[in-house]
Amino acid sequence: MSTTTLPPTEKSAPVSAPKGTTSDRARSERKLGWLLAGPALLVMLLVTAYPILQAVYDSLFDYRLTDPENRAFNGLSNYLVILTDSTWWISIGVTVFITVVTVAVELVLGFALAFVMAKALSSIRPVLRAAILIPYAVITVVSAFAWKFAFAIDTGFVNKWFGWLPGISGDTDWFGGQWSALFVVCVAEIWKTTPFISLLLLAGLAQVPEVLQEAAKVDGATWWQRLRKVTLPNMKAAIMVAVLFRTLDAFRVFDSIFVMTAGANRTESVSFLAYRQTISRLEIGLGSAVSVLLFLVVVGIAALFIKGFKVDLAQARGEG
Amino acid sequence: MSRKEKNWWIVAGVLIVIYALFPVAWIVSLSFKAPSDLTNGQFLPTDATSENYKGIFTGAGGDLFLPALRNSFGICLIATLISCILAMFAAYAIARLDFPGKKFILGTALAVAIFPVISIVTPLFNLWRNIGLYDTWPGLIIPYLSLTLPISIWTMSAFFREIPWEMEQAAQVDGATTWQAFRKVIVPLAAPGVFTTAIIAFFIAWNDFIYGISLTSTSASRPVPAALGLFSGASQFEDPTGVIAAAAVIVTIPVVVLVLLFQRRIVAGLTNGAVKG
Repeated sequence: MSTTTLPPTEKSAPVSAPKGTTSDRARSERKLGWLLAGPALLVMLLVTAYPILQAVYDSLFDYRLTDPENRAFNGLSNYLVILTDSTWWISIGVTVFITVVTVAVELVLGFALAFVMAKALSSIRPVLRAAILIPYAVITVVSAFAWKFAFAIDTGFVNKWFGWLPGISGDTDWFGGQWSALFVVCVAEIWKTTPFISLLLLAGLAQVPEVLQEAAKVDGATWWQRLRKVTLPNMKAAIMVAVLFRTLDAFRVFDSIFVMTAGANRTESVSFLAYRQTISRLEIGLGSAVSVLLFLVVVGIAALFIKGFKVDLAQARGEG
Repeated sequence: MSRKEKNWWIVAGVLIVIYALFPVAWIVSLSFKAPSDLTNGQFLPTDATSENYKGIFTGAGGDLFLPALRNSFGICLIATLISCILAMFAAYAIARLDFPGKKFILGTALAVAIFPVISIVTPLFNLWRNIGLYDTWPGLIIPYLSLTLPISIWTMSAFFREIPWEMEQAAQVDGATTWQAFRKVIVPLAAPGVFTTAIIAFFIAWNDFIYGISLTSTSASRPVPAALGLFSGASQFEDPTGVIAAAAVIVTIPVVVLVLLFQRRIVAGLTNGAVKG
């Protein structure tokens, strides 16, 4: 059975094996690779590429489900309607605001959490790890309800607890104004998603060579100097990956807004606008156009990160 | 580390635990409040009651909540199973074979992972109505694959890359057949990675809200988050807050149990896929 035609490691194969067999092997390996990975790729394309193409097509029609007979091609006029309407720009503003605020706060907070977890005594580390995974695992709708009920006038305790702060009293209606409502949405989002960022940063923190830290310490660098000159530069890849993932995730914000304000008081995000056009108003044409625009913005942000900030995902995952 | 410094780290650790558990504790407390207690402006109920839990498991509330719970479990488990099987083959190919499509597949997985869900919902809403998948289990399982499959491929190929595949050959040299080598050596090494991936994929499916509210209309397929989100509208004369809180606690229990049991693996799975040096 074992005539041992295989060399001990595959890497030395090209040296010893005759040329013909190598390319045969390579070809069959390639074939097997596509055979195994093909179905997964096909499913991914079917559930995303097909719908977005359908959305592009639908967005070119004046098409509402309440009046399907009168479906008519109208070119780019859906896009024109959206881009000249203040609703779109308000939703873009709201989405950008939530994205920037949450990602910025989460980065700082997540870094602090990662730092504590890295330094914590090994005996309490499992406890911290389990605790920090709870917000990650709690579903977004539940988190949104918890924060909504906490801030609400009738069921909440926030007004009572923080009544001593200027501007907060027993009848402060957090969901009655744009800024205060967005504040609560941001709080809920930050609570829920900071753990994810902090875990990515913790993994990045573990990659900073201990020797460098020690050397800087010996040279008399302060804690702050070590953080800025040694820790952060060595974590750049991890930070950028965390920011990229969270930015794109934050840009899709929907669940919290649905639960907390349902888009009232100018708190509608882009995803919510697309939902309202399609599902509530049955305007397939307009809803599709909003969806396509959102998709383009997301692609734009990803391209900006990858080209502009040189986030190398292959490098970040150690592939090269 | 000095004693004083040690104490500071412990304080910081306690703060993290409070941060993580506070909203969960609040929703649990809320779920035990009687209607008269709901608006008392306090964190804790003055007199704990299980009325809210009775409300979601019996009567009209039960008719809404129990089917939703069954839908959530069924749909999420099936979507997780399908994406894990597909991802297993793909990840094996990515980790072990040399073929030119690797980067393209990982890139596609990444692109699908960042895809705005609502952009998929709009066309599917119309299509599903035309072909009869609207408000059915398959009608949710198929789009759920767009959530679970990319992360499964990404996470599992990171795990598979760390498996010492040479051990399979070593076992064969020692006289094991190919099947024995696979079953006795590779399966035990790969199983933890597959299992962890399944947990993470399940979390993501369990968390879905947009597909749930957009592609269903009745208790035939509506999952719990969607039922929760739309419940406030269905209230009659009673304040639904306590009932929503109780339902929220019930859907949180499975994920908290998974976290407590498998925290170390989940952290490895979440970070392996994204950051590796």
